[in-house]
Amino acid sequence: MTDKVHNVMIVGVGGQGVLLASEIISDVAMRSGMDVKKSEVHGMSQRGGVVTSHVRIGKKVYSPLIQEGETDFLMAFEQAEGLRAINWMRKDGIAIISRSSMVPAIVTSSKDFTYPDDAVAEIKKKLAKVIAVDADKIAAELGNPRLVNTILIGVLSNCLPFEANIWIETIKSLVKPKLVDINLKALERGRQIKLEAVKA
Amino acid sequence: MKELLSGNEAVARGAVEAGVKVAVAYPGTPSTEILETIAERHRSVYAQWSPNEKVAFEVGIGASLGGGRALVTMKHVGLNVAADPLMTFAYTGVNAGFVVISADDPEMHSSQNEQDNRIFARFAGIPFFEPADSQESKDMLLAGFEVSERFDTPVMLRMTTRISHTKTIVELGEPVKVSERKFVKDPSKYVMVPANAKVRHQVLSQRLVDLQKFSEETEWNRIESNGSPVGIIAGGVAYQHAKEVAPDFDYFKIGFGYPLPIERIRKFVAAHNIVLVVEELEPFYEEQLKIAGIRVEGKKYFGNLGELNPTRVAQGLYDAGLIKNVVHPGIEAEKLFPRPPVLCPGCPHRGAFMALRKLGVAVTGDIGCYTLGMLKPLNALDTCICMGASIGMAIGIEKVNGSAKGTVAVIGDSTFFHSGITGLLDAVYNQSNVTVMILDNGATAMTGGQEHPGTGHTLMGTPANRTDIETLVKALGVKNCRSVDPYDYEATLKAIEEETKNPGPSVIVTHRPCVLMPKRIMDEPFVVDLELCNACSACFRISCPAIAASPQTNERGHPKAVIDETMCTGCMLCAQICPTEAIVLKSKFVAA
Ligand SMILES: Cc1ncc(C[n+]2csc(CCOP(=O)(O)OP(=O)(O)O)c2C)c(N)n1
Repeated sequence: MTDKVHNVMIVGVGGQGVLLASEIISDVAMRSGMDVKKSEVHGMSQRGGVVTSHVRIGKKVYSPLIQEGETDFLMAFEQAEGLRAINWMRKDGIAIISRSSMVPAIVTSSKDFTYPDDAVAEIKKKLAKVIAVDADKIAAELGNPRLVNTILIGVLSNCLPFEANIWIETIKSLVKPKLVDINLKALERGRQIKLEAVKA
Repeated sequence: MKELLSGNEAVARGAVEAGVKVAVAYPGTPSTEILETIAERHRSVYAQWSPNEKVAFEVGIGASLGGGRALVTMKHVGLNVAADPLMTFAYTGVNAGFVVISADDPEMHSSQNEQDNRIFARFAGIPFFEPADSQESKDMLLAGFEVSERFDTPVMLRMTTRISHTKTIVELGEPVKVSERKFVKDPSKYVMVPANAKVRHQVLSQRLVDLQKFSEETEWNRIESNGSPVGIIAGGVAYQHAKEVAPDFDYFKIGFGYPLPIERIRKFVAAHNIVLVVEELEPFYEEQLKIAGIRVEGKKYFGNLGELNPTRVAQGLYDAGLIKNVVHPGIEAEKLFPRPPVLCPGCPHRGAFMALRKLGVAVTGDIGCYTLGMLKPLNALDTCICMGASIGMAIGIEKVNGSAKGTVAVIGDSTFFHSGITGLLDAVYNQSNVTVMILDNGATAMTGGQEHPGTGHTLMGTPANRTDIETLVKALGVKNCRSVDPYDYEATLKAIEEETKNPGPSVIVTHRPCVLMPKRIMDEPFVVDLELCNACSACFRISCPAIAASPQTNERGHPKAVIDETMCTGCMLCAQICPTEAIVLKSKFVAA
């Protein structure tokens, strides 16, 4: 690998598993011998607010924070949150977006705000490389709605230069034992989704 | 062995390596995980939650005087609460080593202010270390204990959110050998009556001179030379941001931040064409250097509000003419709806705020999950200053405005134990007519559900004595004390209405466990009968994340409601305020 630092941003809503996802990605990087820094703000994360995690991977990483406009890979567990993070992206960056949507009470109860009709379409207007995933549907097929994050990790794993078995080993060590099998299935489903396939 | 650890986890690991005997704290973001990690993974260290930071600090002092290394952790504003013992402990000095962690929160990610506690260290006259990653967090904790024992002083390890909550790779070490110490009677050192304190203040003065020498020599302050005519002085995460955007400049990396190595910095500055100080919040280093007649700049380019990041540091260096390019994002930010944190579905605090909103009384608030009661559309909380402030402020408002409409203080259980008790004592003593609502959810929920004196468990998981809130309230002298179920909207409304009319201080306690912690509560969900729903939006205004707009509308185009069954906990509050009785238990619902 070159000296280049890979910037991965993970966004979602409190309770969607942003923190576990960034933990897995960072651990894979460390196991692969890279320097890594992962930064996020917890605190309000369980109260339905926005959760953002920055993961930076390279030979040597200084700042734990990505610069605005320098994100190589965006992973969004909620589509409007993907759109909210759009300014953090490089124009040639890759966005992996779950088509899930969560409309907050503040939108429902007030006329001042609206939820975007099609956030994925908005993202596609701004970025060439977008992988929109029906992750809710795949998770439901696999039998557990909480697998959205692992499915997206599977998609992301195609984009990062780490070996497949390291992803598997890391999931085995970080996920609760009784959920390992189903998470590995989710990872594999994600790995089958590739940018080219989506674009074709 | 290497591990990926947050700054907080690294400090917890450091506690084991440093042979800490007692670790004590009151929770507060971003410091909380230090003690939680010790209790979870490093059980050789005794760890406890105290009711507040002042008590925690004093327990730490006692442990140190008793002869065991003591670690006390808190968020920045916690040090305000613990300031009284801190200021005088600086005079007495320690027996075994004492380190206090101040976890500051530039940008106020989870705080009510962004004070810079490096100033506190100087105010008290104690040295501080400023780590720039997790490795340093651990290593500086060990160094802190050495400095504490060598110079006979409490030491501060000053962290920030981006250090505490960033995971970086840490090389673990082995536990060090710590010499045995015993409690020694020494009144001239430990009894701070004026005659003794005068002597100890001189000792403190001389100690700072000695620490200054140490600061000039220690490798925690180091020069990184790249042969550049430009120098940067920085510590903590600001150092990382600067290295990120300008790796080729020369650096004076500060790790031991007070007293500053003034003479070494003087030489460093003299050897460069231009030197900038990159530091978050206050111009703490910059001002001291300028007072010493050293030619540096800093805040002029980087500002003193909020946290720094690579973008801001790059912009500052660009404005100073030191770098030629800054990254401009190629894509503009999108204007979207906000997504503020909200009370959870089923949160027992919701019922109290629905009632308070309805009554329109003045509500002084406190700090906890219930502070979210201030957000739209609940709009039911009027003030928030610091932990424990609600009761005293209500007393003040009531003294000025009288009690015609009623003044209500709202405070959580953990906050009541932290610093509400003395406020209530004041209300009793001075015959105030305030009504105090103690929202007991059996947890310190905001910071992650920690145990407290009312939960019946300690941090380390053992059973504990449980302080009963009503017994305590009555013992303080409150005559009107009752409890009410916050899931019963009418009863809550009535209780507040009556108690605000009662003369003298009243207390209403609500007991319903937090729906998330210690265990997740999920009862049978409710559903909306769309035949009956008339789209009045009353249920939208209780701000429950489980209630959303249905695609179905009424004749005027207003959306009817729908309940997300996976989120609904069955608290029944929405069903009680629905004027058409359209919200019913799932099992009772018969589709038309
Ligand atoms: C002096 C101080 N210490 C710690 C904190 C961090 N903090 C904010 S709210 C809170 C506790 C809230 O618990 P409780 O009063 O029981 O309310 P809940 O969140 O459970 O509703 C803590 C510890 C703070 N803001 N100030």
